[in-house]
Amino acid sequence: MDMKVKYRQPALPPQAKIDEQDEALIKLIQTGLPLTARPYADLGKQVGMTEEQVINRIAYLNKSNVIKRFGIVVRHHELGYKANAMTVWNIDDDKVSQLGACMGEFDFVTLCYRRPRRLPEWPYNLFTMIHGKDREHVLSNIEMLVNQCGLDSVEHQVLFSTQRFKQRGAIYRKS
Amino acid sequence: MQSLTDIEKHVLNDFQHDFPLVARPYQALAEKLGTSEEIIIETLNKLKQEGFVSRVGAVFRANSIGASTLAAMSVPEQEIEAIAKKINAYSEVNHNYKREHHFNLWFVLTASNEHELNAVLDDIEQETGYPVMYLPMIEDFHIDLGFDLDFNSNYDVESAN
Repeated sequence: MDMKVKYRQPALPPQAKIDEQDEALIKLIQTGLPLTARPYADLGKQVGMTEEQVINRIAYLNKSNVIKRFGIVVRHHELGYKANAMTVWNIDDDKVSQLGACMGEFDFVTLCYRRPRRLPEWPYNLFTMIHGKDREHVLSNIEMLVNQCGLDSVEHQVLFSTQRFKQRGAIYRKS
Repeated sequence: MQSLTDIEKHVLNDFQHDFPLVARPYQALAEKLGTSEEIIIETLNKLKQEGFVSRVGAVFRANSIGASTLAAMSVPEQEIEAIAKKINAYSEVNHNYKREHHFNLWFVLTASNEHELNAVLDDIEQETGYPVMYLPMIEDFHIDLGFDLDFNSNYDVESAN
């Protein structure tokens, strides 16, 4: 099979419906709130909304799970968490939801996604991102996951990062 | 290497989720930490400048307002720097790491829709000459409450500047 076709299945899940005003607001809040006394009012001025409308709309996006988390976004590496490992697991399809839910609850797991396999090169279907102060911390966290979630027989690989070429917030809408 | 003040530690750790949605949110933080709004704003400016804080804002659920994907490439060691640089040049790329694996370059792409995302992937394949393994999220098992920072045990931090 053509490499590209093989690597690009399945299609992405459907997207949530966002109205035009949300679009404008998202464009602004993706890069962060202004550090001013009335940040929501200042955002509102830029998109023709009142302070109250901005606050209500962010609350709505938060509640409807379009926003996963609203708050201070820290940079792990600079704060002393030098080691990060993308740990990938090859889990039976009928167990992936249960085991994924177990792993997703640990506070050192900063991301826990199911993704497609790309056979034969890539058999792993569950991805956990694990941060720690050094490799030993990360490896002991992984050992804890294995013990607590019963993953002894699950094939996995630990992909430590050795160089960060780029890291910043996602830009969903270009200005 | 430097150490953080108590106010800085609390600002970093206590407001990673459920940031106040009130007219004066920094005043609300100040009240919780027993300080002034000015000091909170000043502290956040400093933490941003030093690279400890990326932003005060929203983390969007993957694929809720746009399309994003994890992507991987397997490239020869001697070319990885140059290829990483080419990939970094795309504004759609927000993360890009070298990792210990045969697939050694891992990056995350975000665009407003799947069509745009695919166009960027095509372009990257053409520009670099290597196929991209495309690994979109299927299911999210993680409830994001931020990251609990441990400020004890041999704690030191490094400024990004």
